[in-house]
Amino acid sequence: MKEFIIKEFKQIFRDYRTMTILFGMPIAQVLLFGFALTLDLENVHFAVLDQAKDEHSRKIIEKIDASEYFILDHYLSSPDEIEGVFKEGIVKEVLIFEPNFSQKLTKENSAQLQIIADASDPNVANMLVNYTQAIVSNYQQNLFSGNPLSQMATPEPMYKYNPALKSVYMFVPGIITVILLLVSAMMTSISIAREKELGTMEILLVSPIKPIQIIVGKVIPYMLLSFINFVVILLLSFLILDMPSSGNMPLLLAETFLYIFMSLALGIFISTVSNSQQTAMLLSMFGLLLPTILLSGFIFPIKNMPDILIWISHIMPSKWFIIIIKSIMLKGAGLMDVWFETLIILALTLFFIGLSIKKFKIRLS
Amino acid sequence: MKTAVTVKNLVKKFGSFVANDNLNFEVYQGEIFGFLGANGAGKTTAIKILCGLSKPTSGEITVAGFDVYKQTEEIKKNIGYMSQKFSLYDDLTIQENIRFYGGIYGLSNAAIKTKTNQYMEALDLHEYAKSRVSDLPLGIKQKLAFSVAVMHEPKIVFLDEPTSGVDPITRRQFWDMINAEAEKGTTVFVTTHYMDEAEYCHRISIMVDGRMDALDSPLNLKQQFKVDSIEKVFIQLARKATRSE
Repeated sequence: MKEFIIKEFKQIFRDYRTMTILFGMPIAQVLLFGFALTLDLENVHFAVLDQAKDEHSRKIIEKIDASEYFILDHYLSSPDEIEGVFKEGIVKEVLIFEPNFSQKLTKENSAQLQIIADASDPNVANMLVNYTQAIVSNYQQNLFSGNPLSQMATPEPMYKYNPALKSVYMFVPGIITVILLLVSAMMTSISIAREKELGTMEILLVSPIKPIQIIVGKVIPYMLLSFINFVVILLLSFLILDMPSSGNMPLLLAETFLYIFMSLALGIFISTVSNSQQTAMLLSMFGLLLPTILLSGFIFPIKNMPDILIWISHIMPSKWFIIIIKSIMLKGAGLMDVWFETLIILALTLFFIGLSIKKFKIRLS
Repeated sequence: MKTAVTVKNLVKKFGSFVANDNLNFEVYQGEIFGFLGANGAGKTTAIKILCGLSKPTSGEITVAGFDVYKQTEEIKKNIGYMSQKFSLYDDLTIQENIRFYGGIYGLSNAAIKTKTNQYMEALDLHEYAKSRVSDLPLGIKQKLAFSVAVMHEPKIVFLDEPTSGVDPITRRQFWDMINAEAEKGTTVFVTTHYMDEAEYCHRISIMVDGRMDALDSPLNLKQQFKVDSIEKVFIQLARKATRSE
């Protein structure tokens, strides 16, 4: 058993591809998602077709330009230029003020301001429009304050648990979930499949070492490495990405341990149904990685999916684990708040272990 | 003579397919027992049953005096096995492989050290001391794999096509190792496709369609079939085969 674990570690450390996947990927992913793939908007260029050129139109433009989200690119002189400006691709939003904007605003209490956004990226366009509207209505509010006639109710949204709406808060739990599943399930299944493919599994099965010892010997190194990985990602997200670290750490570690255990059980199950490294790899990739990324709520909200996908997402362990990490890290939840999700992961763990044992027995008879 | 393996009425079925059809034979201690047969004749199935990798459908089988149904753990301690696939870890060095397999069979550190030195000397491996097994020539790999398979001094060693793909000189050396092992009293159970190797065995058996159609010493078989080589015996028998792989 001891010999087995030593051997397993040696093999892992010698295989530079494994090592790259193990440690390079989590770091690369955290940095990628943390910095490059952020959904937060900053310094978006906009253009203005100001047909009024009066007090209020100028002030609104100044105000938008002054916000951290927008930069005034240039003024347009005719509506014909709008199409061309979008095609160049730098300007993502155009504002059009109607003639006599200030007058209409103050006297008639209704003035037209048209916002045109480049919706080739719909999410971005949506956010741009929202931000612009917020700035304009804020301006209006200040303008009319003190004038009881035009007092209107303005909702004041408060984004709880992520006040700045940082996408990092969404990505970090997702990355942790995907990486742990990948490292634990894919690596274990490939490494067991490799023994089968190369013929060493037969030699092991003929030797006095028991199948359960082989499995435990395989699982322990990957469990340790997954755990180290988890700690690395967590530290990176605290130190570089400013994730809040207020949650209940012992609970988070315990939940992570359970999730790693589930992933390992899944990996062993995959290895019992695949006889070559390639099969194990493909099964892990298409059976695990893609559904995990697509259906766990990591990137795409589950609520908007068709019913059938929602049902499938319920049996994705990653979905529940993401909920658990988010609750603990962002909301400071305790075990009482996540007991249901924990129970589901526990049930899935037992299910996969049972399935593997059954498969293993069939193979021996 | 003491028997190392006893097989009575061994039947192994996979669904309706009969892989081993009522086999009966004994292998004596210290004997080199050749196990011949065309691909798909049922050799590997039988070896797997004897090694405890697979359960027989019916029959009475003992290996090293232990029952294959109930005493598989005891059997595993007393047998060595080398498969047609290469059985050492490519990404470990020679010494790490010896250490690992020694450890699995519960050898003491001192014993492992002694064996390691012994093999490095006997196979002249000093120039490869630090290199990984993947860098070794095939012949040396096979000889090393055999050494590792008998490291724990098993009563019986099962060799499943140990020399496939190896050059004639290395095969000759390999058989010298097998002979030396048999002289120490180890029973050697070997399958092969090389008919010249079959001649080196004390007794050979030839399987056709899951049945054992011949079992005797190479000399007696040649006389019985009135031919001058085992190859001709084999071809005569194999021609009767109705199933192929």
